[in-house]
Amino acid sequence: MSDYESNEIKIKDNKKSIGIVKTEYIEVTEPITLVSGKTLEKIRIAYEMYGKLNEEKTNVILICHALSGDAHAAGYHTPNDKKPGWWDGMIGPDKSFDTNKYCVICSNFLGSCNGTTGPSSINPKTNKPYGLTFPIITIKDMVNVQKILLDKLGIKKIFCVTGGSIGGMQVLEWAISYPDMVKLAIPIATTSSLSAQGIAFNEVGRQAIMMDPNWNNGNYYDSDKKPDKGLSLARMIGHITYLSDDIMDIKFARRLQNRSQLGFDFLTEFQVESYLHHQGSTFIKRFDANSYLYITKAMDYFDLAAEYGSLENAFANVQAAFLVISFSTDWLFPSSESKEIVRALRYCNKEVSYSEIQSLYGHDAFLLEFEKMKILIKSFFKAYENEEK
Amino acid sequence: MKKNENEIFRLDYDVILNLVEFNSKVLDLGCGDGELLYRLKKEKNCLVRGVEISTTGVVESLEKGLSVYQGDINEGLKDYPDKSFDYVILSYTLQELLKPELVLNETLRVGKKVIVSFPNFGNWKIRLYLLLKGRMPKSKILPFEWYNTPNIHLITIKDFRIYCMEKNIKVLKEIPINLDKRFNQFLVNRFRNLFAQFVIYLIYK
Repeated sequence: MSDYESNEIKIKDNKKSIGIVKTEYIEVTEPITLVSGKTLEKIRIAYEMYGKLNEEKTNVILICHALSGDAHAAGYHTPNDKKPGWWDGMIGPDKSFDTNKYCVICSNFLGSCNGTTGPSSINPKTNKPYGLTFPIITIKDMVNVQKILLDKLGIKKIFCVTGGSIGGMQVLEWAISYPDMVKLAIPIATTSSLSAQGIAFNEVGRQAIMMDPNWNNGNYYDSDKKPDKGLSLARMIGHITYLSDDIMDIKFARRLQNRSQLGFDFLTEFQVESYLHHQGSTFIKRFDANSYLYITKAMDYFDLAAEYGSLENAFANVQAAFLVISFSTDWLFPSSESKEIVRALRYCNKEVSYSEIQSLYGHDAFLLEFEKMKILIKSFFKAYENEEK
Repeated sequence: MKKNENEIFRLDYDVILNLVEFNSKVLDLGCGDGELLYRLKKEKNCLVRGVEISTTGVVESLEKGLSVYQGDINEGLKDYPDKSFDYVILSYTLQELLKPELVLNETLRVGKKVIVSFPNFGNWKIRLYLLLKGRMPKSKILPFEWYNTPNIHLITIKDFRIYCMEKNIKVLKEIPINLDKRFNQFLVNRFRNLFAQFVIYLIYK
């Protein structure tokens, strides 16, 4: 078991949990036009909801998940679950996103494979999985689908929208696309446009999948052979970018796995190798290779400055107050990219606060540094909660 | 904020509040708990921004609903366009800076006007302390030991006047303060470098 998982189990033991939760589904039968111009005839949206919606429906916190995330952000599906939802440390009674006060909603984004329509879903026209016939999607499309969900739930105002990494991209897109709806925005460990380095790592991940013979141009859903090797390799590459040099040294250093001396062979020897293999092999059990291609593509396409002419133009009409958070050792979404968001918002005279949290965890810090984020988020909320009263 | 510094800050803030015009855009460098910005926002309807290095300060400012940027002002203000603020404030911060000249240049570039306040090291008590005791002066407003003081660039009113003259910085106002209300205010005003305990400047370039 990796430190990462043992950390999560500690959370289960020590922190208050919201308990047993359930994923809900909504079927959308009206066609959706995507940024690409293509349409999806009907889609399904998976979401989870924690805490009580107030009568005015103004206490909603919308959580946007990252690449491999899902609607299951907190709590447990069954008492036997080994792990809680992916952001359980942030969501629950008295946590950053306090379910005693707020109604927390998280939905699986479009293109994913955890309940919401994506390339592994059945195309109603052919009754077969979409595969590569699924249209290319963008971050804006993901946000528009979340908007449809909130419409269906009768929610017109969001107290706060938040998320890390690609989740943070969705936060920015929300504040820009639906400025009247969003009161507070907390983009974490994110960027307003994916860097060349980010695109590069995504492309290597995609190539790993597409070079797997089992990928078969995306047609593998009927086959026993899935592009597991490619997807696993993509995940291993991804995990290198989520860590930092410092944390790798602390977690693994040059320690060997299950042996005391070098074996002079090509078996897994070092702990860091074992960790990456473990991450790869657990990932293929829960994730679809085509979804990985589509989501990383959506990340690559994300560029607010290009879309709106400049980042200042992009933010010109936002009304939300922002708290931008980055992490000192995150080199995938470095602080400089968060600072660029802050600079443009400040230029537009928007309310924007910024904090760089000192952490060893690299990009993964947004999934781990609960207490450090809580101090900031609680005090950020405090001012605006008072305003509500 | 130390308890014995409260009075100084309150006075400093009162004077600064009077210097700033209504509806201005204000940047406070080293904004601490955000108290001054909060008052500028409430009492003068200003659009306010703070920069603060400590997490405690950032958290306290956030609680007041302020826009605060966690960062080190010694790194400069490169993300801030020229003359993008009506006022940039360095309240009781100049003497704590690692690179005071760089920061002053940056504030004068970014702010149409700059408000600077600092303890006056030319005060007669400080002069006497060093002369008679032969030790680094300590006082109500400089309560630290040499080895733990945050005040690493102490200056006198005369020093600052000469600096402004040499660098072609225009001084609009120079407000000398002595916290002792029984002290002859005429003397404080007449012999500022001798009797002021701290000073507030309104400058521009």
